[in-house]
Amino acid sequence: MAPVSTAPVELERPESDAVVAPDRPWVTIVWNDPVNLMSYVTYVFMTYFGYSKEKAEKLMWDVHHEGRAVVSNGSREEMEVDVAAMHSYGLWATLQKDD
Amino acid sequence: MAVHGFRRSGGRVVLRVDEIERGLLAHVLDQLVELVAPETPADADPLAALVSIDPDATRPDDPALARLLPDAYADDDEASAEFRRYTERSLREQKVAHATLVIAALSADERKIVVADQDVPAWLGALNDARLALGTRIGITEETHHLFADLDEDDPLFMAYNVYDWLTFLQETLVQAAFGIRSEPPPGAQLD
Repeated sequence: MAPVSTAPVELERPESDAVVAPDRPWVTIVWNDPVNLMSYVTYVFMTYFGYSKEKAEKLMWDVHHEGRAVVSNGSREEMEVDVAAMHSYGLWATLQKDD
Repeated sequence: MAVHGFRRSGGRVVLRVDEIERGLLAHVLDQLVELVAPETPADADPLAALVSIDPDATRPDDPALARLLPDAYADDDEASAEFRRYTERSLREQKVAHATLVIAALSADERKIVVADQDVPAWLGALNDARLALGTRIGITEETHHLFADLDEDDPLFMAYNVYDWLTFLQETLVQAAFGIRSEPPPGAQLD
């Protein structure tokens, strides 16, 4: 009996690099603005996120120099809570899917 | 205007103000409340108010109000609108509550106002909101900020900028008095 040649089966395999941190795919971004004080922004990052003064100041400088900084990540619902909190402090913040 | 700002005195945060400063700050915050208070009373739709949903909330046309109540998504108008319906009323109410707390503290005929630790966030929020609204009104940007310090006394923006600068000084001294954090370089340095 002649050997039956079978077409190779194409397996759909997931893109391996698409599964990075699947549980934390959203980010909160704080944008630079000309009004908010450096000291106040540092205070907000320390108070709301519980970041150390060093981390809070670094993020504040990132916002100041880069125009924006990612300040937290997590689920969409968690980021909506963080954005609402930033708005209550008067910081200009948005959320988006992490790219 | 005598400028003292906030100091830490005997472990407490204290604001020294004269009558004119008290009146001016109360006036600025009255205007803030008028700007940011919810447009419809809470009892217009009791069920919506109960769960803090505002079905009519849309992005404000007024740039100062839009800065106080910003979009939550930079590039998704539909998601921003949805977010706004669920959060804007409570955000407005919180800003009104902060300003109202400060206005009440200013109503006492005292030259020294002691700010309790638990009231510091409300003071900071109210001062920040007032600066955001006023700064947007007079057009403060990164590029134009330094130009305002040289305004002529006859300039229509002179008074508004000086009030803004004074609010900046108050907020900066409050963050420093309450938490020991200062900006580098300090804003409003020309006041010192």
